[in-house]
Amino acid sequence: MSDHEYIPKSKFGKWFNDRLPLLTLTNHLTDYPTPKNLNYWWTFGGILTFCLIAQIVTGLTLAMHYIAHADLAFESVEHIMRDVNYGWLIRYIHSNGSSMFFLAVYIHIFRSMFYGSYKSPREIIWIIGIIIYVLMMAAAFMGYVLPWGQMSFWGATVITNLFSAIPLVGEGIVTWLWGGYSVDNPTLTRFFALHYLIPFLILGLVVLHIWALHIPGNNNPIGIDVKKPSKDTIPFHPYIVIKDAFALLMFVLVFAFFVFYSPNILGHADNYIEANPLVTPTHIVPEWYLLPFYAILRSIPDKLMGVVAMLSAILVLAALPWLDTSKIRSAVFRPLYKQFFWILLIDVITLGYVGAMPAEGLYLLVARVATGYYFLHFLVILPVLGFKERTMPLPLSISEPVLSGSTNLSKESLN
Amino acid sequence: MSDKKTNRRDFLFTATYALGAVGVGAVIWPLVDQMNPDASVKALASTEVDVSSVQPGKTITVLWRGKPVFIKRRTPEEISEARAVKLEDLKDPQKDEDRAKNPEWLVMVGVCTHLGCVPLNDKGDYKGWFCPCHGSHYDTSGRIRKGPAPTNMEIPKYEFVNSSTIKIG
Repeated sequence: MSDHEYIPKSKFGKWFNDRLPLLTLTNHLTDYPTPKNLNYWWTFGGILTFCLIAQIVTGLTLAMHYIAHADLAFESVEHIMRDVNYGWLIRYIHSNGSSMFFLAVYIHIFRSMFYGSYKSPREIIWIIGIIIYVLMMAAAFMGYVLPWGQMSFWGATVITNLFSAIPLVGEGIVTWLWGGYSVDNPTLTRFFALHYLIPFLILGLVVLHIWALHIPGNNNPIGIDVKKPSKDTIPFHPYIVIKDAFALLMFVLVFAFFVFYSPNILGHADNYIEANPLVTPTHIVPEWYLLPFYAILRSIPDKLMGVVAMLSAILVLAALPWLDTSKIRSAVFRPLYKQFFWILLIDVITLGYVGAMPAEGLYLLVARVATGYYFLHFLVILPVLGFKERTMPLPLSISEPVLSGSTNLSKESLN
Repeated sequence: MSDKKTNRRDFLFTATYALGAVGVGAVIWPLVDQMNPDASVKALASTEVDVSSVQPGKTITVLWRGKPVFIKRRTPEEISEARAVKLEDLKDPQKDEDRAKNPEWLVMVGVCTHLGCVPLNDKGDYKGWFCPCHGSHYDTSGRIRKGPAPTNMEIPKYEFVNSSTIKIG
């Protein structure tokens, strides 16, 4: 919260604010001191908020026409596409919206990794973010099941069967999740209920995420602590608001391209075939945003260990603030970490690519090497690097390198 | 006031917490158990299948409890191949004699034990089944030979009602 006590000007405002300090909150949000050197990678928080709201609004309207029943779901989705006024638009925004949401969240996560935003004192922000990310995956998976196409059905079968890898109680858990002896109507109805619930859980966590952010304030491309408010900060409104709005506009252009010009390019043709429990599609793959983890699952030739590796790949992220032992936040001042960051990014994209390919021959070999490197990065390279790396000297303030023309900074940090 | 001695108040606290925990558990259990298979799902427990038209070497697939069940009429070569396999070569050792009471008929749940896909007939390195999802190979007895699946395909409870009808479940 800002240091000064806010007093509304109007008499009614003062009366209201004494009873519920909403105006104090609004004032905090507009005056919120923000580092003046934030670049466009910092606009994805706002973009993600937009994505969440867009998913909730389109999801709510779709739910007015969708029927969660194994015999009717597939038809009701086609009904939305063909008969409901603007149904095609709302559904395409919703289905492509999930891809856009994940695109933005991956940029947001990798931005945190590059600039060390997860480090002290921002660990809780990071962990809440990871929980949001896991919930997003759950919501996306369950949403993909609702149209009750072939990919829906078999995706649901494969993912729920992951739990059967748990020793002793696994089979019981899977039967419990299904509400039967296979994925069927009871599974569909509960997935619909949970798919409706999770976005609101995410919304609540987003509030906590932002609350936790507003305690220390934003990290910045240089990654040094900023005195606030000072000449190193600018108020959130109007400076950051206008920058976020411009970035959002650019993002919506990309979004609109997918919705209007290639609404099915990120989907899978098999999902326009109604679910058939007797035939598995010859090549089943999850949506693109889950492919890296799918590749890790398939790279291990043992059922339980494959599942353990896949879950560990996600959970290891939560431990990142403690695995990265370096005190320097920004990769700008960490010449070695910067290189490992890009290698990790290539590694994850490689995993995503092989995850979409059949698990055999060279693809399998590449998947295994990339899986090994993924864990090597987090469990060995990052902890060791903090002790071995020779970092570059940090400037004293955000303004210093600009005012003194210091050569301490590489070009990109001056953006 | 003595620090260590337990008194009536400690007893009351403990008793209250214990009773509270039982109460919370009693409320949560129905909410958890409602997700388990309901009475109507359990009622669909058995299926009868007429197999008189199945030719040797062919497989039919029927739906039982929402899952595919393979009924394969095996050829003599397939039977002898399945029976010739040494138990040491198997990941989940099981004799073919134990899997097919009547060697001509192999009845099993057509679900890959890895992650639940339906394997393809007459495919794979062991001429039995091949799962397209993650590449598990099964032999002519439905036993796992290669790939990530941990166990053989499941044999359901079944019986021959007469020479041409199988009752599954």
